[in-house]
Amino acid sequence: MQPHNPRGRYRISLAVGASAIMAGTLLTGCGSGGTGAPTINLYNAPQQNLSAMVERCNKLADGKYRIKLNTLPRDADGQREQLVRRLAAGDSGMDVLGLDVTWTAELAEAGWIREWTGANKAAAEKGTLAAPLTTARYQGKLYAAPYNTNVQLLWYRDDLMPKAPSTWDGLMKQADRLAAQNKPHYVEVQGAQYEGLTVWFNSMLASAGGRMMNKAGTKAELGQPAVRALTTMRDFARSKAADPSMPNMQEDEARLAVEGGRGFAEVNWPFVYPAMQGDKPALAKHFKWAPFPGIDGPGRSPLGGANFAVSRYSKNPQQAFQAALCLRDPASQKIAATKDGLPPTIESVYHTPDMAKAYPMRDAILSALKTAAPRPVTPTYQNISTVTSASLSPPASIDPTALEKSLRQQIADAIVSKGVLP
Amino acid sequence: MTDSGETSKPRDTSRADVRTADGAVATAGGAAAVRAGRRPAISEGKRSERRLGWLLCLPAAVVMVVVTIYPIVYAVLLSLQRADLRFPDDRKWIGLSNYVTVLTNSFWWHAFAITMIVTVVSVAFELVLGMALAMIMHRTLVGRGLVRTLALIPYGIVTVVAAYGWQYAWTPGYGYIAHVLGGNSAPLTEQIPAIGIIILAEIWKTTPFMALLLMAGLAIVPDDLQRAASMDGATTWQRFTQVTLPLMKPAILVALLFRTLDAVRVYDNIYVLTNGAQGTSSLSILTYHNLIGGLNLGIGSTMSILMFITVAIIAFIFIKGFGTAAPGTDTTGRR
Repeated sequence: MQPHNPRGRYRISLAVGASAIMAGTLLTGCGSGGTGAPTINLYNAPQQNLSAMVERCNKLADGKYRIKLNTLPRDADGQREQLVRRLAAGDSGMDVLGLDVTWTAELAEAGWIREWTGANKAAAEKGTLAAPLTTARYQGKLYAAPYNTNVQLLWYRDDLMPKAPSTWDGLMKQADRLAAQNKPHYVEVQGAQYEGLTVWFNSMLASAGGRMMNKAGTKAELGQPAVRALTTMRDFARSKAADPSMPNMQEDEARLAVEGGRGFAEVNWPFVYPAMQGDKPALAKHFKWAPFPGIDGPGRSPLGGANFAVSRYSKNPQQAFQAALCLRDPASQKIAATKDGLPPTIESVYHTPDMAKAYPMRDAILSALKTAAPRPVTPTYQNISTVTSASLSPPASIDPTALEKSLRQQIADAIVSKGVLP
Repeated sequence: MTDSGETSKPRDTSRADVRTADGAVATAGGAAAVRAGRRPAISEGKRSERRLGWLLCLPAAVVMVVVTIYPIVYAVLLSLQRADLRFPDDRKWIGLSNYVTVLTNSFWWHAFAITMIVTVVSVAFELVLGMALAMIMHRTLVGRGLVRTLALIPYGIVTVVAAYGWQYAWTPGYGYIAHVLGGNSAPLTEQIPAIGIIILAEIWKTTPFMALLLMAGLAIVPDDLQRAASMDGATTWQRFTQVTLPLMKPAILVALLFRTLDAVRVYDNIYVLTNGAQGTSSLSILTYHNLIGGLNLGIGSTMSILMFITVAIIAFIFIKGFGTAAPGTDTTGRR
């Protein structure tokens, strides 16, 4: 609510002398008045070069609107909390919301974000990859415009493992071989009790041919594929491939373990590649990527990313839709991809010349996106993710059959608002 | 506590009359009216004065109703509904089903146990340390003001700020305590060490508050009794246990009651130190996670109400069971 003209500032200095209520009124007045163009408040996770994208769009808007960048907390829970708390209160100070892919269903069902229709919808879908689009849809309607996407790949050192196997069994065999030779033999995974563990399980389940919930998000599915996925996870956690600190590993710990020479491979997001180039240039020469491992054959990668939605309480929804579209157009996505390492959701951006240097693994990402496993699309994802990671932790003590049953019960509870969060 | 409030209300004449007979009650305001005798004897002037008193209380009473009674009633109503912001269309009355859900849930009882452990351990330490600190502050002859000010510093620091201080101190890499302990251990990421640190932060923070309440109690122990006891050959320890403690009992009970009720609601330290990770959620943290994080107003309100009941039971036990009352008021015959 920063005033952006000298007059506004003068008015505020007057208001300081007046009552607090008066000051509040004047401040609000400045937010939408000012230069005449409506201010579109963008709320997004911290991203280094987002302000450059905002400036570009403000120039292009040519006075039709003016985006103001507001930064949410760094951690995902903190971001979600601020957004939902303000949306629940009907706060009109937020227009464009940067959402994690797993929040779409929750906010759409609650009626807090607007459906994309007509020309806006067509613009958001044009040239956009299918997998990210599914994360922006709920019950057949589009509620957000995909901004960036992400997939996990298998990253490995080809000096220790010349060829990457396509299954977890294959990885465990490689680990046995390396252990026998007294070489680094850990495959780093996200085994800590947090959402990453749910993400790993969801991918394993998809690789086994199952899913956590039905497409409509109204019923738990799990079943035999879940038992297979859980069995593989448990066997892995008990094998030579498992790092003893696996129950405390998140993405960054996994990356550091491979950079530090403890692990010969890891499943992780593409940010590990530039990090390796920067931190360990000697190892980087041997740092290669392969598709996410599966159970019978190639697996299905976890799917991440972020989307832009428009708040139901926005006072300038048309301009907000325009602003959101500009912030995720090919030129914006290219800035995000090359400067901030966020993989684009528009296919054509992958084929632009600069991308080959920033994303040598772009073909692997594109093909992983074709089969990537989306997380359950349900308003209760927060509950389901929390109870799943709590039940799976630590992976070495999983009892597949019993756990499948208890997970099914907990998911059923969450759907009828009877789930309790720890 | 409610009793001491009632005695000052003029409306409560029947009770006040009884008390006047044994001369034990001498509360301000009401006392004059009570002494004057029976209701018919109240003069016209007194009556209008009393009416004015009520009128002057009215705005405060209205504000109290709006800011406390309304939210409490609203929370009770929410706890009887399926009120989930994620499913606005499925809102309906479901009776006591939320209570069944919460009371049969293992997370709830786990948080309950953690809360009780934190409460009992921290209040016990605070009582002992607070008593020692109170004695020191009471007996100090030189620089009394300075000693008291220094002792109160932890209590003066905003809890969240202090909690961040502890969090950084225990974080490997840049924390000074973690550095002194050496190694790569991260105690805040393991359940038992994390609870230990939470308790430590609570004790550090609120011992001065305990000491302050206890010092007020120490002040009412007459020096004559102490001297008489030592004339009779009582040792320092005997004087402490036989003279000081019994006379301080009301003050100790009030201090314990305040701190227990506070500790049961422990929130800020845990929020900053672990935010409930690794099974360190207290009841407040659990409630917050379900209410704000989970957007489940029904379950969250149910938890709030259950916490309210827990706190009420503890207060009831203290007041009726141990006879806790405000220091200086009549503590007998209240059970």
